[in-house]
Amino acid sequence: MNDKPPLRAHPEDRVGKLLRRMGLVLAALIPLGIFAAFFFYPVVALVGRGLVGPGGGGPTGIDLTGFADVVGRPRFFKVAWFTLWQAAVSAGLSVLLGIPGAHLLYRRSFRGRSALRALVTIPFVLPTVVVGLAFRTLFASSGPLGSWGLDGTVWAILLAQVFLNYAVVVRTVGTTWAQLDQRPEEAAQALGASPTRAFLTITLPALGPAIAAAGTLVFLFCATSFGIMVVLGGGKFNSLETEIFRQTTQMLDLRTASVLSIVQILLVGTVLGIAARIRHRTESTLRLQSHVGAKPRVSAADWPVVLVTGVVVALLVAPMVTLLGRSLHTETGWGFGNFDALASTGDSQLLIVSGWTALGNSASAAAIAAALAITLGVLLSMVLARKPRQAAARRSLTVLDGFFMLPLGVSAATVGFGFLIALDKPPLDFRGSALLVPIAQAMVATPLVVRMILPVLRATDDRLRQAAGMLGASPVRVWLTVDLPIMSRALAGATAFAFAVALGEFGATSFVARPERITLPILIGRLISRPGAGNLGMACAAAIILAAVCAGAVFLVDRSVGARRGAAGIGAF
Amino acid sequence: MLYNSISHSFRRSRPASSRHALATSLAVCFAAIVAGCASSDPAVSANSAANSPANSPAGVGSKPAAVTLVTHNSFSVDPKVLADFEVANNLTVTVLAQDALANQLVLTKDNPLGDVSYGIDNTFASRAVQAGVFSPYTSPLLPMGSDKYAFDADNSLTAVDFGDVCVNVDHAWFSAKGLAEPTSLEDLIKPEYKNLLVGQSAATSSTGLAFLLATIGHSGVDGWQKYWTALKANGIKIEADWESSYNVDFSGSSGKGDRPLVVSYGSSPPAEAPPGAATAPTGIVAGTCFRQVEYVGVLAGAKNPQAAHKVVDFMLSPEFQAGLPQQMYVYPVDKATTLPADWVKFAQAPADTIALDPVLISKDRDVWIQDWSDLVEG
Repeated sequence: MNDKPPLRAHPEDRVGKLLRRMGLVLAALIPLGIFAAFFFYPVVALVGRGLVGPGGGGPTGIDLTGFADVVGRPRFFKVAWFTLWQAAVSAGLSVLLGIPGAHLLYRRSFRGRSALRALVTIPFVLPTVVVGLAFRTLFASSGPLGSWGLDGTVWAILLAQVFLNYAVVVRTVGTTWAQLDQRPEEAAQALGASPTRAFLTITLPALGPAIAAAGTLVFLFCATSFGIMVVLGGGKFNSLETEIFRQTTQMLDLRTASVLSIVQILLVGTVLGIAARIRHRTESTLRLQSHVGAKPRVSAADWPVVLVTGVVVALLVAPMVTLLGRSLHTETGWGFGNFDALASTGDSQLLIVSGWTALGNSASAAAIAAALAITLGVLLSMVLARKPRQAAARRSLTVLDGFFMLPLGVSAATVGFGFLIALDKPPLDFRGSALLVPIAQAMVATPLVVRMILPVLRATDDRLRQAAGMLGASPVRVWLTVDLPIMSRALAGATAFAFAVALGEFGATSFVARPERITLPILIGRLISRPGAGNLGMACAAAIILAAVCAGAVFLVDRSVGARRGAAGIGAF
Repeated sequence: MLYNSISHSFRRSRPASSRHALATSLAVCFAAIVAGCASSDPAVSANSAANSPANSPAGVGSKPAAVTLVTHNSFSVDPKVLADFEVANNLTVTVLAQDALANQLVLTKDNPLGDVSYGIDNTFASRAVQAGVFSPYTSPLLPMGSDKYAFDADNSLTAVDFGDVCVNVDHAWFSAKGLAEPTSLEDLIKPEYKNLLVGQSAATSSTGLAFLLATIGHSGVDGWQKYWTALKANGIKIEADWESSYNVDFSGSSGKGDRPLVVSYGSSPPAEAPPGAATAPTGIVAGTCFRQVEYVGVLAGAKNPQAAHKVVDFMLSPEFQAGLPQQMYVYPVDKATTLPADWVKFAQAPADTIALDPVLISKDRDVWIQDWSDLVEG
């Protein structure tokens, strides 16, 4: 960028510093602006309408009596408590089961490992409505596992939550584990510690940040899950999310919905705060190896891990097999009739577009969403990875970090309705715009991208950047030669996941879709809501296609990046 | 029915091996992704896809006027029928499909989402009408059948179609057990029908709400809680959504569940009849039906009210009415419409349905749902 050698170091240095600082401010302002316009403003507009609304309001115009009303109901505590405990138990179970999986899939080598990694990722991207239906089919008294008596119990919900989120733990913990310096654990064992003791005292603490990050994400997903709660809860189990949805879409009781939304945001915010604290305390212990040698093969000593993971994988596969079975079952016997049907809109044009067109719509929306999420996520990660010396600056970064996780904790109904009443005037006249779908999806995917890239950037020695800068590299050059290569693997993984998440997104999309642009998950939802074996078979076929595309994307990125780097592959979040 | 159309297209397809078909499917699907990545502006492609039939109107030179139709997620229309309407009237129709339609219309009434809205029904219509969402319009086509289902004297809304929510019955199950099928709501609380019925939550499902309204219409605003206590004691199973109860619990669907009675639609039985069958394997329990009427209405504050009136007329036209059974599983209000053959054969609109005053529904619906929730869901 600058051909001339500097005459004097001092002013040039100051200019560089200033440029760098301005760049960082800009990198923070762009995502802030976009999030403010497409997330915070709509949410605040809707929640505000519930509290200020035409009906309520004292002299200040703000009516807080809603809080007393809502919080005073016995139902409120039941719902809030259920939301918290089921999410905590689901997250705990996912972590407990996911750690052995992470060990097997990221610390051991065996044939078909990449395929298995892609396989366990599939559930995460399946539409939750479809997952709920598959679980009910399994557990219903007429189903294959009907004798277990789980239908309509909270266990069915917990199992489905683990099913969906197992991959989050395996991939987050696994990628860190794969790069972890093995020598301290080996040394401990050489000095006589048992493998269990070496794991508990050396490895587990080192994995702390990754486990905390994974646990937080799973907790958030479970606290705000909607489809699973509705289909498997059968109306008996209600969370804050289903209550908000019900009050907003059925009762149009915005006052109650607003209070519940605020409670949900506070709960989520508290959990995020605690998690950030745990992460912060354990982050310095992370010691990564930049070069990772070949992994040992599975040995006899690994049998407990193989056993646990085998059982989990069997449980993951069962609902998927149910789904596959239904997709291959046609009225004329077994075959691909349901898949062939996806090429048509049906003679009666129940669907305005064919399944393949919907897949194309999904894919193009998801590609735009992923590009947007990656851009925002990278900009944010660069800012959040800073470790400023002033305590105030550090604190504001922590707040910023939590701020951008909120889209995972706010109800899709709130966001969807917020879009309607907030984005209705120029320059934000977005109602009915085809871009609204990818924008909504990007709001959901960006926090994931940040959680995947940020740990890598934070673990990087800042002296690398300083050395490059000292040697005369411009800030952009430093970023291109230091930061970009370091985060390239995480970036590729984040891209694949952002794409997959956007591909499967249903909640926000269902509020803003246009019929000729409907996405595959919406089409599936529509087919499922019609009677007839053909419709259900076609819905299952579409779900299988969605799963195959997502697994294919993850598998390809995993393979190509993993092979080139000779390392553990990507995809932590 | 779509069911039949699937098997038709299946038969029409080339006799390729199954393996080949899957390979093609996967290839097409990856090609679609690549194409999706390549198309940079979805708004442009969406517009061209939606508007291309209308871009060559009969009236040469004059730019077509734009009209926006706000509807629910189940809206469907034969693209050719819509395109003909657009050409004939020099209009371009943009369709917006929204979840929770009635509430969205109320929320956005000061700056409406479009010009005209279709799909609001008699269980939610009053809320929107009372909020001033609609501007009355009297279509000249009302006498063709719509007037029979008029919402009010002003024609704030225009009836387009109707359907019934009825208990569906699995004929084979009852004949195998040698048990007579129930015929009324009263039968459902008899001991011989214990643990046979699955329904939906009135709080989360539109069929669940319709069935609750049916029982209120039957037992009265004072008697329905007693009826539901009996129904609960007789082992009714409640799921949150229609999808799960019909596809998993009902023995007459492809899910082969273990309950032979389900709260569903009067139009569901034709969907379960295999091609060429003489009888449908399922039917309706006649005395259990609640009638839902769907309306179209011109939105107050519409940018283009004249075009909105044309859309209302279009929905009462024989072309649009004829497509309703196959595309949205509902009956046309126009009595002159010929129903599809399998509807004539397998679906009979019940002579008597349970009705409830929309104004009463609007006044008490939320209280009923809350009371029902407390009583049944606990």
